[in-house]
This record gives sequence, structure tokens and C-alpha cells, in this order.
Amino acid sequence: MPSSAPLVEMRRITKTFPGVTALDGVDFTLLSGEVHVLFGENGAGKSTLISVLSGVYPQTSGDLRIDGEDIALSSVKDAKKHGIAAVFQEFSLVPTLTVAENIFLGSEPMRGPFVDRRAMVIQARKLFADLDFPMNVKARVVSLSRAEQQMVEIAKAIHSQAKILILDEPTASLTERETETLFRIVREAKARGVGIIYISHRIQEFSAIADRITVLRDGRLIGTVGVHDLTPAGLVEMMTGRAIDEIYPPITRQPDGPILLSLRGLKAWGVSGADIDVRAGEVLGVAGLVGSGKSRTWRAALGVIPMTAGSVTLKGEDVSGKPTRRFLKNGVFYLPPDRKAEGLMLGATTRQNVNLGLIDREDSNGFLKMLSPGKMRGIADRIARKVDLSDAYMARTISNLSGGNQQKALFGRGFGQDYDVYIFDEPTVGVDMGTRAALYRLIKEIAEAGKAVVVISSDLPEVMNLAHRLVVFSAGQISAELSGDDIDEQTILKAFFANERQTA
Amino acid sequence: MSTSAPVAAESGAKSSFSPGKAVKALFIRAGVLPFFLIAALIIFSLASTQFLTVQNITNVARQSVYLILVSLGQMLVLITGGFDLSVGTAIAITSVVSASTMVAMAGVFPDAIWLAITIGLAAGFGAALVMGLVNGAGIAGFGVSPFIMTLGVQSVGAGIALFITGGVPVGGLPYEFSDFFGFGRIFGVPVPVLVALIVIVLMWVLMNRTRTGARIYAIGGNIKAAHLSGINTRKTLFIAYIICSLLASLAGILLTARVESGETNLGGTIALESIAACVIAGVSLRGGIGRVESVVLGAFFIVLVQNGMNIMQIGSYMQMVLLGSLLILAVVIDQLRYKMLIGGR
Repeated sequence: MPSSAPLVEMRRITKTFPGVTALDGVDFTLLSGEVHVLFGENGAGKSTLISVLSGVYPQTSGDLRIDGEDIALSSVKDAKKHGIAAVFQEFSLVPTLTVAENIFLGSEPMRGPFVDRRAMVIQARKLFADLDFPMNVKARVVSLSRAEQQMVEIAKAIHSQAKILILDEPTASLTERETETLFRIVREAKARGVGIIYISHRIQEFSAIADRITVLRDGRLIGTVGVHDLTPAGLVEMMTGRAIDEIYPPITRQPDGPILLSLRGLKAWGVSGADIDVRAGEVLGVAGLVGSGKSRTWRAALGVIPMTAGSVTLKGEDVSGKPTRRFLKNGVFYLPPDRKAEGLMLGATTRQNVNLGLIDREDSNGFLKMLSPGKMRGIADRIARKVDLSDAYMARTISNLSGGNQQKALFGRGFGQDYDVYIFDEPTVGVDMGTRAALYRLIKEIAEAGKAVVVISSDLPEVMNLAHRLVVFSAGQISAELSGDDIDEQTILKAFFANERQTA
Repeated sequence: MSTSAPVAAESGAKSSFSPGKAVKALFIRAGVLPFFLIAALIIFSLASTQFLTVQNITNVARQSVYLILVSLGQMLVLITGGFDLSVGTAIAITSVVSASTMVAMAGVFPDAIWLAITIGLAAGFGAALVMGLVNGAGIAGFGVSPFIMTLGVQSVGAGIALFITGGVPVGGLPYEFSDFFGFGRIFGVPVPVLVALIVIVLMWVLMNRTRTGARIYAIGGNIKAAHLSGINTRKTLFIAYIICSLLASLAGILLTARVESGETNLGGTIALESIAACVIAGVSLRGGIGRVESVVLGAFFIVLVQNGMNIMQIGSYMQMVLLGSLLILAVVIDQLRYKMLIGGR
């Protein structure tokens, strides 16, 4: 389809929500047969841009052209008519229907007045055979893994003969092998002239798949570059607006700190044996892809999920299989990865959320060892100053705060008691760069005070720059353990896929 | 956890004061109760001159004792994010068990009537404690939904209460029992009112000054976060359901003394009424939010409305219709309030 006009041309797109400008005059073009990456922090405007393009809501101002034709999208259905199909992170599948039913939802093959179920199954099988992805099309979606659901979404989009395909973080839940399959499907679609908008945080994927990269920050267009024009570090700088060493503070390591927490032969669902020592006065980084067991290992050790074998020793005491609260009482702080699901009381104020970390403190005691609101207020105020939350923020319902401020409140819980071991699981997910730098300074402070710090993160630069020692997980096992200057991106990436054979 | 009510709108409301914003702030803070209460007072006062008299309001306050006790228990489990449909049965079973035991013991110890009464009370509380334990075991231990669990226990308990009595009220209670718990006065204050006052103070302390109270709020706020903050969520849930049953049981004792017989139909509509009292008083059905003082006022409001309807000579069938509608309206408004609190997300 050699056409002079680009497939998609967005000009000066602005989108405002009450009180927020989510997009501010952004230009974006997508050519036929191109994979165009949208890159930026959470909240940079990527989601808003694709929501405008896929008809979720209209832009406040600016022009949208598809195939050189000015159009105004009024709905998702409208966008579909123009050949735009989007696969969002939150799936639009009906969990109780089968794979085939989902793919043909709204366009079921008919025989007379009845749905032709046989034709549906046969066509769905052919679709997955073409994609070369094994799939039981009669299985109910609810029984599929996240990766398989992802594939159903993509198959559904391809089935709709989309000429513009939007993929929002498609590899976030895929293994390396599945990612390869996805890349092959994307390349095939590309060869057919489909234009693909690809949102991802994984810089290392870009050279394998992308043609151009558009970087957004704070709702503004920073620039569009060819995939080979910039190094990963340059991209990060473009994304964040500052050099890497401004963000990550150097953390002094305490040599030969005592081992505070140690895991031996730890097994759990998705973890097949991990040995790790956590030392005082150093930052231990834990890297790995989603599903590699990097997070589950610690959750199992802390009793959040069941541990099937192995032992956990905390400050010389065997605490294997003890309930989570025992760990917290004995000096382990755990910051959960999903703050909305596991961290915050969303309907409560920031102060109440911080107070949750103060309930068991001795110095919250007042009359008759009951809780003293005055003392708790005092402690919470001190914490608020430490994590830089103003009084106004403390009084507000926490769900109205930005991700960064919510995370500050959760960090604040860690200062409620004197913990010895701090385990931060995805400490900066959905947090803007300025706040990140502040959180990193807190981590530095904790580590340099002689505490043991564990940082589990999917953000590679984050773990690489913070960690004194780094363990990499792959398919439920530790595939590499690096220290100091040995921590290097290539080695880590290689270690990500070290145990690849066992994943499929 | 020091202040149990969300003060979400404070910052917004103070910055630029206007009547509309103040009303909104009051609504987010206290729920519909202030508005409902004012509306009820106006409507009933207009309808009858007997309504707004010291005597009538005192009467309402005395009648609301039972609902206040049950509602405070209900509030606990609502704050954890559950609810208890079996409070009515807890009252019924307490009534028949304590009455039967008392009558039997009065035969055994005719000379020590207070011993017989004490054993009867213990048996009544014991029966309700078992109900609370079963509720707690199902909900905290096995993760059964509170709705199904307490609905089942409600049926089981009602069946047992009917089985014990054969549906016939248990009469012949010791005179001293009703004389003290039903009609007695200490320093001129009716005993039931005194009991309610003590319970209100204890519950306020529990919810505002103790770790257990703070944990109950935390569980309702986000049970996973509570768990990851070192709270024994099962134990805390257990405690909430047990206290709820025991408070209902206490109401059951006082009611039994008032009617001077053990009856299976004492707590017929109280589950609905107590939930309505709580929701109207701003206890969120999602858990985590609710205040003792408001719930007391909420229970008072429900009894006030019933009283007003009686004065207006609205029949009991129509009262059921109105009470149910009020509950639904309160829940709808609670939904709205939660959205305002969370910020329309």
C-alpha cells in the first residue's frame, strides 16, 4: 500500500481533564508497516494519546487524520470501523466465555438465525494456527494464564483486520519465548502493512522490534527519534529530563555487614529453590522479568504466600513458615508491589494510612497502654516531614493523591518502627521522576544507617544503580549473582533468559 | 487511626467558605444523618404537636436503647467490611435460653434467686457467644462471605430457638429479673439506659483508643494492607463478630426483662434496622469508616422515625415499606458519598 499520506497523523493534540492537562499539543505520526514505540514515564500521557486514537474519549483540541482524511472519533466502535484495534493492559475479554466466543464476540458466524458454533471453532483454530500459537479455543478465558489471555486479545485484534494496532505493554506478562512469538506476529503484521503503536518500558526490546520512538514527558512531546539514533541512557535522559546520576544517589556500602536475613533452598509456587543472604548496610537488588519468581521468593519467605520447602533465618533465628506479622514484629518492613491492592486504605486519609504503621509502637501508648491520638499525631507528623508530605496532604483522602505521594506515605510506614530489614518490592512503580529521586534518597539514608535493604524491581536502571549486590531471577531460580562493578546490563539481560527452557 | 472519621474534605472546604461547600463537607464527613434527622424532626413536628415534647423524646431515647446496642455491634462488623444478619437470632436465642435456664434454676435454687438469674444470664450470653464463634469461624477461618455465613447462622439459630420452646413463650421468670433489668432504676436512671451508656463509652474507647479498634478500621480499609502491616486479620475479625453477637445478646437480655418472658420473635426486624441505623449514620458498607457517636444517633433516628410514624398512625405494614426504602436510599447515598470521598475514580 504505497500511500503518500501517513496512516495516522495527529497534530497538536491537547486533552484536558478537570484540573489536569494530560496532553499538551502533541504531534504523532504512524506510517504503514511501521512499529512506533511510545515511551515515557507513567503519567507522561501515553495512555491518554492512545485513548484518543482508539476513541475512548475525544481530544480537547487538535486534528486527527487517518489515511490523510480528517476524522473525529466518537466512540471505540467508531475507531474500530476505521481499522483501529487496541490491546490494553486491562483486557476486554469476557472471562466466562470461551476463547472462540470471545474472538467472535459481536461478529459471530451465523447459520440462519443461529450462531454457527462449529464454524466459529474452526475459524478460531485456523487463526491461532496462522499465528503459530498453541491454544485450546474451547477453553474458557478465565482458565487461561495472563500471557494466553494476552494472545487471545492480540488474535482478536488481528482477526478484526485492523490496519492500526495498538499494543499497550504487551510483553509485561510474557516470558521470553512468548515475547519472541509476539515479536514474530508483530513483524508479520508489519509486513502486511499494518501500523503498530507499541507502548513499553523495556528499552532492551526496542532494537529488536521498533522503527521509531516517540518520547513523551508530562503530557508534552519531547521528540521522535529513529531506534538506532540514541543509546538507552540517552532515551532515559529524554524520558526523565535529567541525567541518570542526578537521579540515583551514590550509596555508601558498609563492608562485611552481618547477615540479617537468609533464605536457603526456598521453594514456593513459581520458585524452585533460592539461596539469598541479606546483609546489614548494603542494598541488595533483585531483578528479573515478570513471573521470574523475584517477587514471589520474598513473599513466600515472609509468609505472604505459602512456602513449600526451604528455610528462612532472621537474625539467627529460624522463622521458616511463620506468619507475616511475626516478621514485621521482628524488624522486617515489606513494601508491597501493588500499592492499591495491598498497601493503601484508599478511602482513608493519608494520616490514617501512615498511622497504620504506628499501631504496634510502644511510644503510641498513652493512658493505660491505650493508643494516644496525640502521640500518634506527633509521630506521624515527624514521619510526614521526613518523607516530605505536607499537612494538607496528610488530611486528604489518599486516593486523591498522586502515585508518588501515595508511595511516600507507604514509605512513611517504614519509619513507624525501627526495622532492621527493608524489603521494597517495586518501590517506584507509577511514580514521577522527581519523587523517585526523593524515594531513592530515603533508601540511601536507610542503607547508610546500617539497615539491610532489598530492592526488588522490574525497572532495570533502578536496581542496577541502587544495588551493591544484585541477584537475577529467571524461571523461578537465581540465574546470576553480581556484585559492585560486575553489575552490567548485558550480563543481567543474559541472566534474565538463562533458564528459559523450563519456562515454556 | 486516631480520628475514625475521614476528614477528606476539610482542606477543600476551608480554603474558600461557602454554604454549598460546607453542606458538602458535612455530608462527606457525617453522611446523610444530619439531613435526615432535620427532615424527620420537621415533618413529624408539623404532623403532630405530641411529637416534639420532652416526654416523647425521652421515651424515644429509652426505646432506642436496644437498637443502639445491636447497632454498635453491627457497626463493628460493617467496619471490617462484612455484616451480621444473625443479630436478630442472637437476641431470640439469648431470650429463650436465658429464660428457660432461669426458670429451671429458680426451681433448683429457690432461695438464691440471684444465683439462678446469674446462671440464666451466663447461659444466654454463652448461647450468643457460640453464634459469634460460628460466624467468626466461617468468615475469618474459612473465608465464607459474611452474607451467606450469617444468613445460615440466622436460620440455624432461629430453628434452635423455636425447637427449644416449641414456639411457646417461656414465662414464669423470676420477678427480680424483670424488676431490675426491665424496669429498675439506679439513681433515677433506668437500668437499660445505664447499660447502654456504659456500652457506648466502652465502644468509643474500643474504637478510638485501643489497638483492637485501630485494627478493625484497618481491616475494613484494606484487609491485605492490614495483613502486610502485621495485623492478625483472622483474630481481629473473630473479635468483631463475637462482640457483635454479645452486644445483640445484651439487648436480648434487656428485652426479655422488659417483656417478662423468653420469646423467639424478639429480634424480628432488628438486623435490617441495625444495618439501616449504621448506614444512615455514615458507616460505609465497604468497611473502614464509621463512628460510635454517629451510630448511636443513627439508631436513635430509626426509633424516632418509628415513633413519629406511630404518632401519625401509619400502620406497621406501611412502616416496613418506609424502613426498607430508607435503607435503600441510605445505601444509594452512601455510594455517592464514597465516590466523592475517593474523588470520582
